[in-house]
Amino acid sequence: MIEHLSVLQVIIPLIAAPICLLLRKSQLAWAFATLVAFLTLAVSFALLSQVVQTGPVSYELGGWEAPWGIEYRVDMLNAPLLVLISAISSLALMASRTSIENEIPENRHTFFYIAWLLCMAGLLGITATGDAFNVFVFLEISSLATYTLIALGKDRRALWASFQYLVAGTIGATFILIGIGLMYVMTGTLNMADLAQRLPEVENTKTVFTAFAFLIVGVCMKLALFPLHLWLPNAYAFAPSIVTTFLAATATKVAVYVMIRFIFDVFGFEFSFTHFPLQEVLLTLGIAGIFVASVVAIYQDNLKRMLAYSSVAQVGYIILGISFASQTGIMATLLHMLNHGLMKGALFLALAAVVYRMGVAQLSQMHGIASRMPFTMAAFLIGGLSLIGVPLTVGFISKWYLVSAALENGWWPVAAVILLGSLLSVVYIWRVIEVAYFKPVSESTPDVKEAPAALLIPMWILVLANLYFGIETSLTVGVSEMAAADLFGGLR
Amino acid sequence: MNSLSPELMLQLTMLVPVLALAGILLTGRSENVREAVSVIASLIVLALVIGLYSTFKAGIPVEVSWFEIMPGLSLSFRLEAMGMIFALVAGVLWLVTIFYAIGYMRSHHEENQTRFYACFALAIGSVFGVAFASNLFTLFIFYEVLTLSTYPLVTHAGTAEAKKGGRTYLGILLGTSIAFFLFAILGTYFVAGTLEFTQGGVFPAGTSVAVGGTLLVLFVFGVGKAAIMPFHRWLPAAMVAPTPVSALLHAVAVVKAGVFTLLKVGTFIFGLDFLNTLPTTDALLYLAGASVIIASLIAMRQDNFKKRLAYSTVSQLSYITAGMLLATDAGITGGAMHIAMHAFGKITLFFCAGAILVTLHKTDVSQLRGIGWQMPVTMAAFLIGTLSIIGLPPTGGSWSKWFLLSGALDADQMFIMGVLLLSSLLNIAYLLPIPILAFFPPADGVARPAIKEAPLPSLLALSFTALMCLVLFVFPQPLYELAASITN
Amino acid sequence: MEFLGLFNYWVVIVLMMIGFYIVICSNNLIKKLIGLTIFQTSVFIMYISMGKITGGTAPVLADGITLYSNPLTHVLILTAIVVGIATTALGLAIVVRIHESYGTVEEDEIHAKDKQA
Repeated sequence: MIEHLSVLQVIIPLIAAPICLLLRKSQLAWAFATLVAFLTLAVSFALLSQVVQTGPVSYELGGWEAPWGIEYRVDMLNAPLLVLISAISSLALMASRTSIENEIPENRHTFFYIAWLLCMAGLLGITATGDAFNVFVFLEISSLATYTLIALGKDRRALWASFQYLVAGTIGATFILIGIGLMYVMTGTLNMADLAQRLPEVENTKTVFTAFAFLIVGVCMKLALFPLHLWLPNAYAFAPSIVTTFLAATATKVAVYVMIRFIFDVFGFEFSFTHFPLQEVLLTLGIAGIFVASVVAIYQDNLKRMLAYSSVAQVGYIILGISFASQTGIMATLLHMLNHGLMKGALFLALAAVVYRMGVAQLSQMHGIASRMPFTMAAFLIGGLSLIGVPLTVGFISKWYLVSAALENGWWPVAAVILLGSLLSVVYIWRVIEVAYFKPVSESTPDVKEAPAALLIPMWILVLANLYFGIETSLTVGVSEMAAADLFGGLR
Repeated sequence: MNSLSPELMLQLTMLVPVLALAGILLTGRSENVREAVSVIASLIVLALVIGLYSTFKAGIPVEVSWFEIMPGLSLSFRLEAMGMIFALVAGVLWLVTIFYAIGYMRSHHEENQTRFYACFALAIGSVFGVAFASNLFTLFIFYEVLTLSTYPLVTHAGTAEAKKGGRTYLGILLGTSIAFFLFAILGTYFVAGTLEFTQGGVFPAGTSVAVGGTLLVLFVFGVGKAAIMPFHRWLPAAMVAPTPVSALLHAVAVVKAGVFTLLKVGTFIFGLDFLNTLPTTDALLYLAGASVIIASLIAMRQDNFKKRLAYSTVSQLSYITAGMLLATDAGITGGAMHIAMHAFGKITLFFCAGAILVTLHKTDVSQLRGIGWQMPVTMAAFLIGTLSIIGLPPTGGSWSKWFLLSGALDADQMFIMGVLLLSSLLNIAYLLPIPILAFFPPADGVARPAIKEAPLPSLLALSFTALMCLVLFVFPQPLYELAASITN
Repeated sequence: MEFLGLFNYWVVIVLMMIGFYIVICSNNLIKKLIGLTIFQTSVFIMYISMGKITGGTAPVLADGITLYSNPLTHVLILTAIVVGIATTALGLAIVVRIHESYGTVEEDEIHAKDKQA
């Protein structure tokens, strides 16, 4: 059993999805999907503890030895991400039954859970696999499921958003496919570890350069790096709220993981940062993304859209960490991936509760809402503080390491930019706080009650995680530190 | 109190206000119970602070550490002379202000009083966090909590003007603290590897003066609560708050948290010796001097009573900033003493302004002619407060000014000497006419109105603080001992 | 010779650009999907053609044959084709739903309707 863990991680949700189809009833499907999610969560914890204790876990699919067969490889870099994906998925599924009541017609509930499980299987697959082509396959599984989930949104604009994402996502994935194909031509292998060994022999060829360029651009499309982010705000704003919660907390992180894996592991640090102006490009785009998206976020009335833009800005921070090309920088990136998952999960769940009660999350209708929904808005407040990077929340920890990494490089202006970015997030979070807490309840405020416990409990688990990991940092920081050391120690 | 360990007492100074917050929210329906909770909490806190003071005088070190977030980055507290001064001032004045507020808020028929008392308690709790913080990180956290918890107090009236004021308030304080203060903290951590307040500073020998100088500039501008120009505008903007808030928070707690932070940073992060070698110290000193004079000049032109007092505060705060930048023992001593002296003086003035507002509904200086006959106690207290701010005997303010002057002399800063003397003259020009005019006879033909004093709790409060100004002149010894022990 | 020897890649590039152009420039959602399919197909051709080795035969073990074409790329692309079909099908399904709720499949008209709402 133990040795099969890494494949079980992916197989369980993948097999559960068609089984879900048999359970026609919405309630049953929900119970089953949630159970499956918690099962994968247990598996991912077991994997993480095994990786921490004994080092990377490798699994040969079907008994075919790597590099011929497909290898699943879980190490310090992807194990925490597996935990994040399955944890967020479990919590979101807990809330999903209530949340989709008003947002998705009853007869589509079963399909919703199927698409969810497939999406989850895809994301876990991308993360766990050690095979480049497998990355593409799982990327498409998760993407197709995602398009479906987004299209389930109540507003008809969800369809348009889904279509836009489908086009952008397919182009991105095809770019990745081209990159993988070119790498295969040059090396004759698809196994990542094998690629890493063989690429240096041919690294000065135009083909490898092209492969690298296609791969990076394709991945940037999926992770919504400014200016390739245009699909994201609509998709997040119009998807069912609980879907947004799941995607915002996990999907872009997985794309970032792919980027890190290819830049640092497969192509190698030296290749990526010496042959290409990668550092300059990522730095510029990261900073531009932080500023542009944060400023746009300030002017949004739809809060889901506001947080979507904030996600684009946060991707900027994550990319900034990569562009430092240092061990501290990559550690800050990994940390911020996990932490951002926690904060965005909490924030979007709070919005899901608002949408559940009010039908929409328009700021102009939320005057004095905190007196009606105190627990929900308190969760939003803490999540927002974490997003800003206030001490004692996770947001502070990752910003702290980001700034340290910037200072380590001697990039004082960049450190200042990070803080200015936080200042912008203060503005857009504070707008909400002011309206929700300090405006008197007006006539346009719907007469609503506090959200049901089914939404509050997962929300507050995430909020408390935001605080807990903001104070007790040894686990998250320790894991990221080890992963960063692996990336720099092993394959430099 | 003897049964409590000093460590516990120290933590309770922060926890009791938080408990009071919960109590106030729960008992919000009945105003008597709610206010009783406030009074009891402030009594307990005062007792705790006095207990801590006796512990401190006995020389027992008190240290508490809550948790460590990262190596060298912990939430911990330590009892130390400067913090003790600040805590004593805040503890005494909280109780006084609660009494004052009860009279004021009731006769002014304010709304949302539960939120008012709740935020007040939280603000005071964070003041103790600032006072006892043993490192810059802890201090920063409580500094921000203080900003956020006072925002609802500033916008209390809920009018458009209050909201505009609140936005300026929050914008400047949060903006400077994140853009400059936090940046300076990160820079300090990066250069020195620690944020612990250490006697003589934390920067390793050989730290480049350029880096140190830059960090100093960031600190001075980043601590927006110290209201050095050009980041002073939030203070006049905050005057839209109810008077007890202006009195305690914007004459004592918030602004003093600012200058207190600067004194701490100057003494325990940079260290006076290192401070002396920095190229930017003098420039900032001149800026502080200019701030003193310019704010006084603006104050002269303000007709709104509270705004005039606010600009006077801006000017007085720069005294303390200048005291730190002088980088001499006497400067630090004077600065620390001025925290206390100015607190008692300025709070008296604000109490009087509020008393006049609730009894006679007058907000402008030009309306005050002859009101001394109606409110003799209030205006007498005002006179004493004025003298203390100017720094004339027989009031406490004269001592702190004396030490600041001798600090300037030690540092050979004739410019600052001149600034201090000139500003005293300006103080006389914009403050003293108020009590004098008040005791002028009313205009011809108008009958002398009957005595109509402020509500009793408020009257008691302002008499007490005025009395304290006098007491501190006669018995400055305990305060001086505390202030002088900071640098040893 | 060099130029002609690589003609398969030229085909791929030309097809890819045609597909890309259609995706970006056409206003009709169905046409966009057609463009997307052409775009993907070009990559399929790239994979298929690069597995071919000059002189190599089909990879079936037989006596006397030493040079085989690489079958792996073909197998890989089978998967990618399936993915491509799924994408197209899903895209078309979404277009059908868009037509149901907007009454049009023209991009500018959809935007105009969203603006009105």
